[in-house]
Amino acid sequence: MWGIDMQKIKSMEMKGITKRFPGVIANKDIDLKVNSGEVFALLGENGAGKTTLMNILYGLYSPDEGNIYINDKKVIIDSPKKALELGIGMVHQHFMLVPSLTVSENIALGSDFESKFRLDLKKISKNIKKLSKDYSLEVEPEKKISELSVGEQQKVEIVKALYHGANFLVLDEPTAALTPQESSQLISWLRTVIKEDMGVIFISHKLNEVMSVSDRVQVLRNGKTYFSAKTKNTNIDELAKNMAGREIKLPKLEAEKTHGDILMELKHIWVKDRRGIDVLKDINLKLREGEILGIAGVSGNGQKDLAEVITGLKKAYKGEIIFGDQNIEKKSVQEIIDLGVGFIPEDRLHMGTIPRFTVKENLILKDYLKNPFSNNYILDQNYIKNYCKTTVEEYDVRCPNINTPTHALSGGNIQKIILSRELKREPDVLVAAYPIRGVDIAAVEYIHSKLLEARENGMAILLITEELEEIMNLSDRIAVIYEGEILRILDNTAASKSKLGTLMAGVVDENK
Amino acid sequence: MKINKAQLIQLAISTAVLGLSLITALLLGSVILIIAGVNPLIAYKALVIDPVSSLFGISEAVVRAVPLMLVGTGISIAFRSQMINIGAEGQIQLGAIAGGAAAIYFSGLPKIFLIPAVILIGFTAGGIWGGIAGWMKAKLSVNEVLSTVMLNYIAFQLYLYLIRGPLIDPAELAWGTGVPQTARIAGAAEISRIFLGYRVHYGIFFAIVMAFFIYFLLWKTTFGFRLRAVGEEKNAAAYAGVKVDKYLVMAMILSGGLAGIAGTVEVLGVHRRVLEGLSANYGFSGIVVALFGRLHPIGVIPASFLFGLLLIGAEKMQRAVDIPSALVISLQGLIILSVVSSSLLLEKKKYRDKIYNIFS
Repeated sequence: MWGIDMQKIKSMEMKGITKRFPGVIANKDIDLKVNSGEVFALLGENGAGKTTLMNILYGLYSPDEGNIYINDKKVIIDSPKKALELGIGMVHQHFMLVPSLTVSENIALGSDFESKFRLDLKKISKNIKKLSKDYSLEVEPEKKISELSVGEQQKVEIVKALYHGANFLVLDEPTAALTPQESSQLISWLRTVIKEDMGVIFISHKLNEVMSVSDRVQVLRNGKTYFSAKTKNTNIDELAKNMAGREIKLPKLEAEKTHGDILMELKHIWVKDRRGIDVLKDINLKLREGEILGIAGVSGNGQKDLAEVITGLKKAYKGEIIFGDQNIEKKSVQEIIDLGVGFIPEDRLHMGTIPRFTVKENLILKDYLKNPFSNNYILDQNYIKNYCKTTVEEYDVRCPNINTPTHALSGGNIQKIILSRELKREPDVLVAAYPIRGVDIAAVEYIHSKLLEARENGMAILLITEELEEIMNLSDRIAVIYEGEILRILDNTAASKSKLGTLMAGVVDENK
Repeated sequence: MKINKAQLIQLAISTAVLGLSLITALLLGSVILIIAGVNPLIAYKALVIDPVSSLFGISEAVVRAVPLMLVGTGISIAFRSQMINIGAEGQIQLGAIAGGAAAIYFSGLPKIFLIPAVILIGFTAGGIWGGIAGWMKAKLSVNEVLSTVMLNYIAFQLYLYLIRGPLIDPAELAWGTGVPQTARIAGAAEISRIFLGYRVHYGIFFAIVMAFFIYFLLWKTTFGFRLRAVGEEKNAAAYAGVKVDKYLVMAMILSGGLAGIAGTVEVLGVHRRVLEGLSANYGFSGIVVALFGRLHPIGVIPASFLFGLLLIGAEKMQRAVDIPSALVISLQGLIILSVVSSSLLLEKKKYRDKIYNIFS
């Protein structure tokens, strides 16, 4: 908008891009071309080189070899500022917004002002309103970021890019944190509005989204282009196979199985949040041996509280949780762990693991107190080392070595660390919250097969997710949670995507 | 452990960057010195060469390294638990006064019981002082920077009151001189000097052993595992069953306790009585030592010796070229700033890659 010689990007081409880091080749001789008016999907497992490639396009890295052409003219992009001047806008997976500022103020950050001293927020608001009308993106300029949902924050990010004059968008895993409804809204918006006059690079792990949104798709693996095609000429299986380098088949629950005894029962559980508002209302659930109970729901409807009340991190003010023959509601987190409750938490980097701890330390995060991991308060380094080496191999955690800090690993590998730690303890009950969020397709296959295997071995699993496909593939029974209440509990056979979808939106039709 | 080429390059880079930053600091400092009308070469000889060219200088540097090491180790523990302990100064003073009083009044005990008992009392006094700040943080969310600084004031006044009033040396009262200091401690409580005629005492070995012990505690025991977990990520620690509040308090008790020991050891090994100015800003210098040592107990050991030398060098320089002590302190500041910022160069990935590219 403020650019001087900004012209529309009709085509953006990267040719022969190679980027080396000490010890690794992140990108090797990659070509890609995106024209205005098309949505181009860039696929690849974690570590395949997508992020490096996009960072080159956005001016954060300079390529060792290769060039970038815009409208067939060679350009040098050596800073994000330059990328923006050329009209390239990037929406990162993690939003870059200041929560305590309003939408207008956030967008004003990084803008060139007409005056150095006066900040004309009214004018900015007006421009935002116009933009949001032109592009049918509803955004309220006066609202604070902290009051917005994740989906709304993403709209702000997009508006911010457009406001700064972007006419070519890069969206890095835009749906990773969105609810299914928000995701489909975004996708239809991309298809109808944005496609009209700009090019879009769409990076995602979710193949069904890629199939529905993109015109062309390119798959990276180990830094190289492995596959590219028109989306209509390919299919999910082919894409998955090219991403992983092998055939991928997501495991499914084998239907009918007689369920075992009740291992845990939640009776009339009520939980309040800090402000005193009920976040769980009269929850009654039974977890049975060898059964996966799915909790379907749009995230933010009490799932986090449900997981935390079972594992002792949060306390209920009414109700009890019977596990074995005792009420564990009043017990400490440590006691509940020791009794045999496992937990794969939603936030894998700040709760499931300690980022700066080594892989080794995170693998024993719940076992260090037990013999033979420690003896008389002293950690048995040898035993721990051997145990971790075996575990890393057994669960195929890809890490340079077990002394690598965990934050250096990809999301999928961090999730495998958590999964292995929780499963190897052989708990009777496992709470798994969003176990596949943000991980690639090969990791999804692996995590699902492990969960099903644990179920076969008699574990009772509470699976919290918002992915309908995941929940239908894995759950024996599905409970739908809405505003802290369990609306319905359906058998797998009785559930369908549309039925779950309407229930998740809070619609209970008594006639059906 | 196999050392490969990349590691060698890294090591070379670290050394070169550190060396360069020191030279930069000295060059900048020489500007100040020239303005002050002093020949920088003479000044720097006194700062760098003189401390290590006499046994006396080395002995005095080691004497200063003892409290620095104990305090620095303690501060590392607190920082590792994400607690910024600015209160070591007060913790040292309380350790000194409590340990000193015990060393005066339990004079009947044999050395082998008395010294450990007195050190334990010093630890307890410093530990309580640190623990208060920890407890306030855990239970009342009081910022520990605020509470430790305020507790310093209280400790300082309490310390002065005790050595001027109830604990003052009866001889001072009898002679009417009134120097604010306690009576001499029992002979059995004294930590012996290593060489006749030099002040360096066996406390240095004790300090090194403590640093290794804390390393062992933090990295080899279940207690240390929890403590570090709480420091790194409170949510994850709570998830793993650790009582976060309890470990915050524990970290501050340990941190304060080590500063308390530093105070006690100063009394038993150096001054043999409790007197004014005993803490000598070791509580603040200890923060720098801890950061120099990368908040690692083993790193704190060489950092303490270096800082000890720097303190002596500063004194020597002041005498050699006759400049105000304020100038010496600013030079010290320059050196510390440049070393700390050089470590930033080494830690930030962006810069590290750039430097790496130049070298390889």
